[in-house]
Amino acid sequence: MSKTPERPPDTVLTGPAGVGPPVAGPALVSQHGFSARYDLDRENGFFSREAHDLHGQSFLHRILVFPTAKGGIATSWMLQEMASRDKAPLGLIFGVTNPVMVQGAVLAELPLMHRLDPPPHQTIHTGDWLEMDPAAGAIKIWRASTD
Amino acid sequence: MLDGRHGDATRSALQFQLSVGEFFKAEDFVPIRTAHLASDPESLRDAGAAYLEEMVSKDARFRVPTTTNAGTVDFAKSDLIGQREVWPRRARRILDSLDSMGAHLCNTCVNYQTIDQPLFGEHLAWGDTGTVIWANSVGGARSNFEAGPAALAAGLTGRVPRYGYHLPQQRLATVRVHVDAKLHGRAAWGALGCLIGRELNDYWTVPCIVGEALRPSPDELKSFGASLASYGSVAMFHMVGVTPEARTEAEAFGGIEPARDLSFTSDEIEKLYREFVPESDHADLVVFTAPQLSIMEIGELSRLFVGKSLHPDTRTLITTSSISAAESRRLGYSNTLESTGVIILEGVCFYVMAPHELAEDFGYRTLVTDSAKLANIIAGYGYNPVFRPTSVCVEAAITGQIPW
Repeated sequence: MSKTPERPPDTVLTGPAGVGPPVAGPALVSQHGFSARYDLDRENGFFSREAHDLHGQSFLHRILVFPTAKGGIATSWMLQEMASRDKAPLGLIFGVTNPVMVQGAVLAELPLMHRLDPPPHQTIHTGDWLEMDPAAGAIKIWRASTD
Repeated sequence: MLDGRHGDATRSALQFQLSVGEFFKAEDFVPIRTAHLASDPESLRDAGAAYLEEMVSKDARFRVPTTTNAGTVDFAKSDLIGQREVWPRRARRILDSLDSMGAHLCNTCVNYQTIDQPLFGEHLAWGDTGTVIWANSVGGARSNFEAGPAALAAGLTGRVPRYGYHLPQQRLATVRVHVDAKLHGRAAWGALGCLIGRELNDYWTVPCIVGEALRPSPDELKSFGASLASYGSVAMFHMVGVTPEARTEAEAFGGIEPARDLSFTSDEIEKLYREFVPESDHADLVVFTAPQLSIMEIGELSRLFVGKSLHPDTRTLITTSSISAAESRRLGYSNTLESTGVIILEGVCFYVMAPHELAEDFGYRTLVTDSAKLANIIAGYGYNPVFRPTSVCVEAAITGQIPW
């Protein structure tokens, strides 16, 4: 999928209000945690940590989904820096996030949401089309595969 | 502040904090005594440097004492270790901006050992997770992880949104961790932090460490906390009989039933070292860092290295604060270490020194370290990390070989 389908969404996740503007795009889902410092080649836009389940994959033009945030504080400056070069992901969705990710998302004006029901990393699959509406606390999902 | 009477920089800082505070449902703000700001050029690059310059152009001035975390460049030794020349330039831009805002340019991730003691019950806005977990756990002070932009904002407004570890309820233990091991040295304590951290992996979980033999030194607690924060994104721990909000286990839990019980023994710590498998017998780098070494840790290394010489194809680095570096020179430790070939860098930490470029430019791959935290982070920068006890790291530096 490269744009929002005409049909109604297959699933809608709801939760508390997030930060950042609404965005739509394809999902890239991990069962690992996320840190820009620990996991990314920020120059070239892909996951560089060999032990990460998204190793080698590009995060550009994707909405990233993780169960949790990990690691230290560097991600916040890094999101702003990546956004300044158009090398940031489209948005971030967590099972539960930490303050660092939120602080970075606010500065970079990236959409970020967490604590959704049902848990996003168990519900969303890589390739699904997502519409994130942080202010409304809602994520619409169109399945890539309807199997 | 929101009406701009205190300047545009302060207004935008407070707006930033309001957005973060609303996300976490903070009811109000709380004044802070100090801010500690991570502002390394490896994270900020040109975009972050430009952001700081924009804040300066809006007359940004810190309202509370604001210290800086470990940086990317030791200006005296950047050429020696072969950093690309962009980094001193970027570092200077950033430090000049922070200087004009009134920061204390301490460039240390162990501010709590050398600059600013966190006091029980006070509120802080500290960044670098190692400093936060120390302030909360060992000092009994109160801070969330305040990443660079957030600590900057807090320094400018003198307050933070009150959520998370500023609230008494969030500080109670939720998981009990039994430790049956006699641990000695920064590596062993870092290993324990790794084992617990990767099991929890949640900012909002507070482990309570219970064990009869637990009697860490401050440097060992420093290593433990930094590792726990790195592997688990954990911001606070209790250690019964050691940390101030855990005089007893009952005090640490405050009536909460532990959600989980974990237990670790010496065997698991030994096994953890073996998880870090060297791809080659040869050590390209040996690095003592993360957190920066204290004067006692440098003294210990000088005793281990005295009279030895390093393997010519293995580069060995120590990072420390400027204060400990100066004291190390005065006490003769630097001379002992440098005469063997060890390079002592001040005001930096290895993983913020643009390590991916050092790997590209010098072919570094296998890195031996007694820092569990560095071993975790550096894997994302194209290195093969080998985490070992300090004595093994010293042997690798001297022989160029990794004994196990």
